[in-house]
Amino acid sequence: MIDKTAYSEYVQKTVPRTKELKTLVTAFISGGIICMIGEAFLDLYTHTLPMLGQEEIATLTTITMIFIGGFLTAIGLYDKLGKHCGAGTIIPITGFANSIVSPAIEFNREGVFQGVMSKMFDIAGPVIVSGVTLSAIVGIIFYLIEVFA
Amino acid sequence: MDIFLRYLQVFLVGGIVCFIGQILINKTKMTSARILVLFLALGVVLEAVGAFRYIKEFGSSGITVPIIGFGSSLAKGAIEGAKYGIIPAVLGGLQKVAGGLTAAIVFGFIFSVVFKSKTKRM
Repeated sequence: MIDKTAYSEYVQKTVPRTKELKTLVTAFISGGIICMIGEAFLDLYTHTLPMLGQEEIATLTTITMIFIGGFLTAIGLYDKLGKHCGAGTIIPITGFANSIVSPAIEFNREGVFQGVMSKMFDIAGPVIVSGVTLSAIVGIIFYLIEVFA
Repeated sequence: MDIFLRYLQVFLVGGIVCFIGQILINKTKMTSARILVLFLALGVVLEAVGAFRYIKEFGSSGITVPIIGFGSSLAKGAIEGAKYGIIPAVLGGLQKVAGGLTAAIVFGFIFSVVFKSKTKRM
């Protein structure tokens, strides 16, 4: 009988090589495509809504991408894509929407309060907490620079 | 041709960002929460040191659509606010991303209540 650690080392060496390479390619392509979709909405809004400023158009594009990511998650498509695309579907802002909708839907049978409203921050919670904290720190640092320099 | 080149740049930058993320996932088995936090923090740092602007000039949505863009907006809001005082400096980040965050929470909530779990049926 092969001992357990030797076997897992053997598996580590042989199996994931091709799989790892494949995930890198699919992550690159899917990530690139999602960003191009974002760029397309940016162009669309720039041309159709000339009364909006650059910043508002950027916000509108982000909102659109979040809507798409959330909707595709809700109909069960995004998580299927995620199995193949890995980081390509996690890192774009659509992945942030996915990280909110996916656990919330999974737990919606536990009710609106205990299920949806709390579980939706399972992954988004750490993201929001670290983001807001970091931005406050950056704000204070730049304020001090502004005052003393 | 111009527009074709721009979309190619978007594709390349966005692809490279996700490629790096996938390397991290493969090598460290990081969870998606950690990946998101890491890239968000990267966005904050890139904005704070002033490098984000240059990547955005080249890659446009390739860098703003990944969560790096969310981090950059947070830092940008804070930096802009810092010119007006300590309170705008602390609040500026959240104000800048208010649209995206509101969308994520509201759409997320509505979708999660309206749609039923897909895994349940199995």
